[in-house]
Amino acid sequence: MIGLTHYLTLAAILFTIGVFGIFLNRKNVIIILMSIELMLLAVNINLVAFSAYLGDLVGQVFALLVLTVAAGEAAIGLAILVVYFRNRGGIAIEDVSQMKG
Amino acid sequence: MTTQFMNDMLLILPELVLFLGAMGLLMVGAFSEKDATRSVDYGAVGLLALAAVLAAGYASDATAYAFNKSFVMDSFAALMKVLTFGATALAIIMSQRFLRREKLARFEHSILLVLAATGMGLMISANDLISLYMGIELQSLALYVVAAINRDSLRSTEAGLKYFVLGALSSGMLLYGASLIYGFSGSTNFNEIAMAFQPEDGILPMAQVIGLVFLMAGLAFKISAVPFHMWTPDVYEGAPTSVTAFFAAAPKLAGMAIFLRVMMTGFGEAMVAWQQIIILISIASMALGAFAAIGQHNIKRLMAYSSIGHMGFALVGFAAVSPAGISSVILYMALYAVMTLGTFACILSMRRDSGPVEKIDDLAGLSQTRPFMAGCLAILMFSLAGIPPMAGFFGKLFVFRAAIDAGLYSLSILGVLASVVGAYYYLRIVKIMYLDPPSEDVNEPMPRELAILAGGLTAFTLLFFVYPAPFIELADMAGAALTASGGISAR
Repeated sequence: MIGLTHYLTLAAILFTIGVFGIFLNRKNVIIILMSIELMLLAVNINLVAFSAYLGDLVGQVFALLVLTVAAGEAAIGLAILVVYFRNRGGIAIEDVSQMKG
Repeated sequence: MTTQFMNDMLLILPELVLFLGAMGLLMVGAFSEKDATRSVDYGAVGLLALAAVLAAGYASDATAYAFNKSFVMDSFAALMKVLTFGATALAIIMSQRFLRREKLARFEHSILLVLAATGMGLMISANDLISLYMGIELQSLALYVVAAINRDSLRSTEAGLKYFVLGALSSGMLLYGASLIYGFSGSTNFNEIAMAFQPEDGILPMAQVIGLVFLMAGLAFKISAVPFHMWTPDVYEGAPTSVTAFFAAAPKLAGMAIFLRVMMTGFGEAMVAWQQIIILISIASMALGAFAAIGQHNIKRLMAYSSIGHMGFALVGFAAVSPAGISSVILYMALYAVMTLGTFACILSMRRDSGPVEKIDDLAGLSQTRPFMAGCLAILMFSLAGIPPMAGFFGKLFVFRAAIDAGLYSLSILGVLASVVGAYYYLRIVKIMYLDPPSEDVNEPMPRELAILAGGLTAFTLLFFVYPAPFIELADMAGAALTASGGISAR
């Protein structure tokens, strides 16, 4: 029987993979965007699982809003990435270091 | 239309005005024959002023809820909205000439700022995890774009990219925390969360604590408190100076407002679980703000570390978790916004024949070449350092007094020490302006509107001590409204 705990564990694993994808990846900014998407989807699994468990619709409404905002966020992120690529000629992570920080 | 619906609409009137106005201005900008940048800018300032006046109208009212209690309007929200809308309007006024001379004047700029202000208004009034998230995202998405508004500059686009990646990471953490909190309390409404988050014998269940910590991490990012400050120096340095001026004031006000709202309304009873965290990030922010700024050569980067430090000081009052502490944070943030906007009015005036300059050494001998600007900047630096009788001193005084009343002696002592270390780099700027010989390349005279703004804001910080009572009263009223909703006013 698959219960709430399984879903929460899955979401926690996906979320962790997403966070590590941002910090450990040394190659490409696109991978960072994918990791961010993974984090948001992990959150959605959490929300929908809780919603089903609690018998409360709010969680599913929240999940739909998160999906919508994630789409907008990805659009803006890719747009910024495109103007960055035009100026730099590449999107390797090592290149993103004009200012030390 | 039912009266319920009309009441709800009345409560979000300031945000409605901003949102519909921004849409209208977008149409004006897109369809007008000739360049509409200037008229859109004036329209945006007018909209923000109107929204601030409308928000001020709710100041004395009792707490009112809208949209199934997901939106709250009380005197705290009214005061913070007036401050953020005002700060945004001032940022637009300050930015006009700079953007025009840098060939960045586009009508989208002020529309994006108005949309960001709409998001800030929504998040200040959020009373539900969903409206909190939507408000924060509306603000952040607009901010990512304005950071990269100079799309032909590598530094500006890099600032936008860094801000976006780290901002999205923080939103993810905030959401993950929100999902856990929803799951373990059964509701997204702050008032109902407060009923579920009741510690037994001073301990909160582990799952709830994890959710709370994730949520706080996301919120701490928005105010750039220390472990989540990495983006601040780079974004401040890379973004065009006028955009930095905006970033330094309005989003910080709104971020601190929602931080206070979430913790006091939603988790007021569970303060044992988060007071220690606030104390920790407060100490870390003050220490980093004080030490990391010492070695900086770029004045925008220096202001970034200064803002991190100031967020630490504001959190000292927050850590007291008392009505006096909350009102001291509100007062501190308001004074900080005034000082930082005044400082940026001076930084925006740093320009030579070759273009804008932003090195601290470029200020050398300013007292001989541009005495008015040097005087304003010196007073603002004294105020930021917290030297009496400037306004910054009173901000720090109330914050530390609230912390001492709450028994946080070591936190207060560390705060005062950090403030002494921080005074070094503020006073170094004064020293460079007044004691170093001027270079041959002379700073251009201050543009008129920047001179008026810098003069006005400086006069406010200088003369605050003469009659501070109305401002303190306002902050107390707003703080009382917030603590009453959390039900811990008895402490």
